[in-house]
Amino acid sequence: MTEMGHGRLTEEERREIAAEIAGSEYPRAAASDALKIVQRHRGWVGGEIVEVAAMLGMAPAELESVATWYSLIFREPVGRHVILICDSVSCWITGYRALLDHLTGRLGIGLGGTTADARFTLLPVACLGACEQAPAMMVDEDLHGDLTPEKIDAILEQYP
Amino acid sequence: MTEPLREKPLTGHFRPDGQPVALAAYREAGGYRALAKALGQEPQEITKTVIDSHLRGRGGAGFPTGTKWKFMPMGPEARRPKYLTCNADEMEPGTFKDRLLMEGSPHLLLEGMIIAGHALQADHAYIFLRWAYRRAAAILEKAIREAYDSGLLGKNILGSGTSLDLHLHISAGRYMCGEEKTMFTALEGRRPLPRTAPPHVTTSGLWGKPTVNNNVETLCNVPAVVGLGAERYRQLSHTGDGGTKIYGVSGKVNRPGGWELPMGTTMRELLEEHAGGMQKGLACRGAIPGGASTEIVLEKDFDARMDFNELQKVGSRLGTGTMIVIDDRTCPVGLLLNLMLFFARESCGWCTPCREGLPWIARLLQAIEEGRGEPGDLEILEEHVHLLGPGHTFCMLAPGAMEPLGSGLKHFREDFERHIREKKCPWGG
Ligand SMILES: Cc1cc2nc3c(=O)[nH]c(=O)nc-3n(C[C@H](O)[C@H](O)[C@H](O)COP(=O)(O)O)c2cc1C
Ligand code: SF4
Ligand code: FES
Repeated sequence: MTEMGHGRLTEEERREIAAEIAGSEYPRAAASDALKIVQRHRGWVGGEIVEVAAMLGMAPAELESVATWYSLIFREPVGRHVILICDSVSCWITGYRALLDHLTGRLGIGLGGTTADARFTLLPVACLGACEQAPAMMVDEDLHGDLTPEKIDAILEQYP
Repeated sequence: MTEPLREKPLTGHFRPDGQPVALAAYREAGGYRALAKALGQEPQEITKTVIDSHLRGRGGAGFPTGTKWKFMPMGPEARRPKYLTCNADEMEPGTFKDRLLMEGSPHLLLEGMIIAGHALQADHAYIFLRWAYRRAAAILEKAIREAYDSGLLGKNILGSGTSLDLHLHISAGRYMCGEEKTMFTALEGRRPLPRTAPPHVTTSGLWGKPTVNNNVETLCNVPAVVGLGAERYRQLSHTGDGGTKIYGVSGKVNRPGGWELPMGTTMRELLEEHAGGMQKGLACRGAIPGGASTEIVLEKDFDARMDFNELQKVGSRLGTGTMIVIDDRTCPVGLLLNLMLFFARESCGWCTPCREGLPWIARLLQAIEEGRGEPGDLEILEEHVHLLGPGHTFCMLAPGAMEPLGSGLKHFREDFERHIREKKCPWGG
């Protein structure tokens, strides 16, 4: 799916991670930010984690244990756009299931799946803290609330 | 009971268009005046005002804020650096109050943190913000830059001799990071498992140094406490707990939202007056009053005042003060299943009752919901409420999860039994 899981950081990534470390009280405090830098460039974090660990002065296995803890650090390739659909209580009450049915039907994938054209990955997420706009979801960095199946169709169009 | 002062010290200056209040407008509305006042006071004097104000923590547990600050080692003998952390993880399902505050007025939070930093003689402050709050992150980043540029942060704040460095840390999604000792582990770049206490965090917190951690809303109250003084601040409330509260309502109501109201506002007033009542054709059966980890309150008890003591009289607690309304077309078994799946997914797996018990509970609830429940299942669930309860686990995630489950089994017993008797979900879930 991607050519970039081969495990070497680019110069740009190294520079950004080094700057993050320089701005931290201790190098390892930059761990999750460093992982996010890699993810911003590649969509997910692959074998580069070994080099990132070296920069942070951590054992690779230790950084792995940090990376796998967070639900929003991806250790597998994802699509160009990531849909995070809230499956927590207020959204569940106000229509989560109908939205999920609609999304999985339209995209032809289940939760955790990526469309064949690598356009979308669909993931469940815990309460987005937007419960007054439930049901809600995020696409990439954008929050979308008060959703209906019709609104979802229009929203997906914004993400080619 | 005397009527509280109808003032909104936290949100009164918010813009009607929902845009964040900028630094100049914040100042015009009286912002940073409390800071100037505080910088002229001794740290201990501020902490005393906070104690006298009866401000209690808005992060869920309601710990008295001034008392917490008093534990901080002070003076030249204290180990340094000392830390202040602001918990902006807000991942408790049903909760969105801290987001409203940060998006509405970032400088309110910063002013609260700078005053707290002065009162605690802290060297560094961190805001631990959840990833999903992208808008709040951008608003805070801008406000922090403005504050540094205006001499409100950094060395020698406003010429007072007090200094504070403030860092914004953005997390990557995991409910457990909101538990304070877990949050420190996350900030240190370790796998964020919780830690044992004692030692108390004011002895050994972030990087093993003295630390005070407070919730966003708690810190947003600090300028009002200092500005108004303890007595006037207490008078904002209907009850003995001081101040106002950012309450919220979600679920199938006409106007879901969040509002600043006197502490001790009733659940009924919130539902009927502020949230506009139930959507057409629906009846209210009850609510989870303070985020997912609080006991369900039945509609008949909605005259209860939402504060730290009064809600206990109806078997619940304030938690985060954001209530999730349960309507009569929502299946209580399905609702509890949803909650237990959340807690099971977010468990860190450290202790056996939580790691093994939560998925087991979810499996049983799923079976009942799908008509495969058996006589005896409810007793097994009740047993788990005890097994995962306080004292059996490392952190409060599991006991918190048992609050809606235990109360749900009690309040909706007949609905559970019907699922088992009729071998299906009466709501068609
Ligand atoms: C699993 C778990 C998650 C928590 N999440 C949060 C949170 O997102 N925000 C918060 O302020 N407190 C959260 N808390 C409570 C904190 O541990 C802590 O008590 C609180 O931040 C203290 O602030 P306060 O005294 O100002 O209320 C959580 C606790 C647990 C056990
Ligand atoms: S109660 Fe659950 S979340 Fe808390 S430490 Fe134990 S296993 Fe982890
Ligand atoms: S439950 Fe979905 S945003 Fe809170």
